[in-house]
Amino acid sequence: MTAPTVATQTEEPEVILRVRNLKKYFPIRRGVFQRHVGDVKAVDDVSFDVYKGETLGLVGESGCGKTTTGRTIIRLYDPTAGSVYFQGRDMAELKGKELRAMRRKMQMIFQDPYASLNPRMSVLGIVGEPLEIHHIANRSERKERVAELLKLVGLNPAFMNRYPHEFSGGQRQRIGLARALALNPDLIICDEPISALDVSIQAQVVNLLEELQEQLGLTYIFIAHDLSMVRHISKRVAVMYLGKIVELTDRDTLYTNPLHPYTQALLSAVPVPDPFIEETRKRIILKGDLPSPANPPSGCNFHTRCPVFQKGLCDVQDPEFIEVEPGHFCACHLVKPQ
Amino acid sequence: MAKNNTQQEELLGRKPPGWLERQLGTEAYRALRGMATNPISVIGTLLLAIFLFVAIAAPVLAPPAHTNDPYQIPRDGYGQVPKPPGTEWRTRQPPLPFWWKAVTGKDNWIHIMGTASGQWDIYYGVVWGTRTALRVGLVITIITAIVGIIVGSVSAYYGGTVDIVLMRIVEVFIAFPFLPAAMTLSAVLTPIIGRGLFPPMIAIIVFGWTGVARLLRSDVLSVREREYVLAAKVIGVSDARIMFRHILPNAIFPTLVWASMRIGSLVITFAALSFLGIGAEVGYADWGQLLSFARDWMTQLGEYWYIVTFPGTILVLFVLAWNLVGDALRDVLDPRLQGSR
Ligand SMILES: Nc1ncnc2c1ncn2[C@@H]1O[C@H](COP(=O)(O)OP(=O)(O)OP(=O)(O)O)[C@@H](O)[C@H]1O
Ligand SMILES: [Mg+2]
Repeated sequence: MTAPTVATQTEEPEVILRVRNLKKYFPIRRGVFQRHVGDVKAVDDVSFDVYKGETLGLVGESGCGKTTTGRTIIRLYDPTAGSVYFQGRDMAELKGKELRAMRRKMQMIFQDPYASLNPRMSVLGIVGEPLEIHHIANRSERKERVAELLKLVGLNPAFMNRYPHEFSGGQRQRIGLARALALNPDLIICDEPISALDVSIQAQVVNLLEELQEQLGLTYIFIAHDLSMVRHISKRVAVMYLGKIVELTDRDTLYTNPLHPYTQALLSAVPVPDPFIEETRKRIILKGDLPSPANPPSGCNFHTRCPVFQKGLCDVQDPEFIEVEPGHFCACHLVKPQ
Repeated sequence: MAKNNTQQEELLGRKPPGWLERQLGTEAYRALRGMATNPISVIGTLLLAIFLFVAIAAPVLAPPAHTNDPYQIPRDGYGQVPKPPGTEWRTRQPPLPFWWKAVTGKDNWIHIMGTASGQWDIYYGVVWGTRTALRVGLVITIITAIVGIIVGSVSAYYGGTVDIVLMRIVEVFIAFPFLPAAMTLSAVLTPIIGRGLFPPMIAIIVFGWTGVARLLRSDVLSVREREYVLAAKVIGVSDARIMFRHILPNAIFPTLVWASMRIGSLVITFAALSFLGIGAEVGYADWGQLLSFARDWMTQLGEYWYIVTFPGTILVLFVLAWNLVGDALRDVLDPRLQGSR
């Protein structure tokens, strides 16, 4: 069986990553015999495309499955269902060596700069490891290459022999980025790379990511838990709620014309720099708590907290994720295609 | 860029590494420096150094009566009543140490710590018993640690059925109370392989590895989920290398510290078995054995205090030394307690 290839049209930008109906359930097991009693539906039927060279923002509350989506795409977790096509190849078909080769082109940077670097390895060891295991460079070349990579992310190569605990959070995040860049990836999944950093440092890291994108032609999936963080860097933004993507469109459309009630609520919480608009900004407060992904509500996931919920429809039927206008996807019964 | 670098230098706020640090590597250097500046570890290390010295210098401190069987405690007759420290040797006196005359100016060997019931020389028992304690402690600890580390890491690494089966086996062993179980096994083994050090050692190992296995397993499980392990997977590091480079080095230290702290208590257990007569042969230099000679005189310790005081104090100091060193090791080897974090 050959992998279905992605059709590329001349005017359409090239699709680098195609995610279709991706699901990741974590089984809940109980008792001595580890009986399967249910599932945490961390990612529940997610579909989207990522275009070459763009940044796709992935936004949602804590626990909605952003990290799991990222990790399943990069196959840190085996998907429960669905498929991921990367550069036209079905990742599910890849095993062992091929998977390792494919992964070189897809990298990840992590949320916690204090946990993402092995405390017992020097910076040289950490950033040089990908070069070492893929036999890209011998010992002395590796040193040179690591120095280059450190310079690239704005760190002094003289610190190569230092250990992670000697660096600040922002510097560690740069080290993690250097490690990800070592294999010349095409796509980098950035899992909340700035959430753990001081506000003053956040902008630096975002700017660095943008510079590198331009310089190296990278594609990013940029995960964040609030809309203000992805606004600057993203070209398009996907909004997640309880394991599903509820809305996906380009950034400007999303911020000016959000269609899904959940997106509207999220946006209403973001302060606006314009004082006139800010004054009239009405916050939509969502009622209730985030339901558990182990026991999601019937019908539309969001109906328990939705301000425009319609009984008999929203709590019965699962809304489809449809393209309501060109390039603007939404999953809501009350939003009809134009 | 240059400005950027000086900024970073300030942020780091550290001098470039010195000669010793470069020779040993940052990690080992820090560990060493930590050990050398922590008073608790200095006391513990000093105590251990003394024990080590006594063990190595045993033939000089207490020259054996029979050089082919140095662990045999020499005895001065067969009388039941213990004799106090300072009593002179009368029969079968072992060779006089060369330093004795120079230090004391006397010509005859005395019972420095007195004799126990049966006229066993306590000083010889204490000195040569140090060797026994170190050997027994280290051998048992190393073997239990190896078995525990293998079982624990295999269990955590493969997970699933392997994990369930191994952990059920561990639970079976843990279900037995440690001391009675080790006692029983030692007693069962003694007629089979003969009385000596082996039955109690085997018994302690058989019931002692489970703690290590459990501890390491839980640490491997938690380290396995850390982001740097995921990062290693993403860059394509092989499973074996992930285990040995990323997981074990970060998971094993609590186990090693625990193991080193346990050397003391293992020696106590061993002494207990000896005390109960299912350890070393009669007359073999061993602290537990020495204490067992006091069994019949427990009600008259006011008069015969030396038969328990000397071996007892040594045993307590030995346990204390390992605990202090273990404690200090824990503080020093945990990189999260170092530096800026
Ligand atoms: N390994 C796992 N086993 C079981 N459940 C998991 C696992 N990883 C995540 N989950 C659950 O899946 C859900 C989604 O988690 P995920 O970490 O993907 O959320 P997130 O959107 O990244 O949140 P955050 O903003 O806190 O990082 C959560 O309910 C979480 O408890
Ligand atoms: Mg997350």
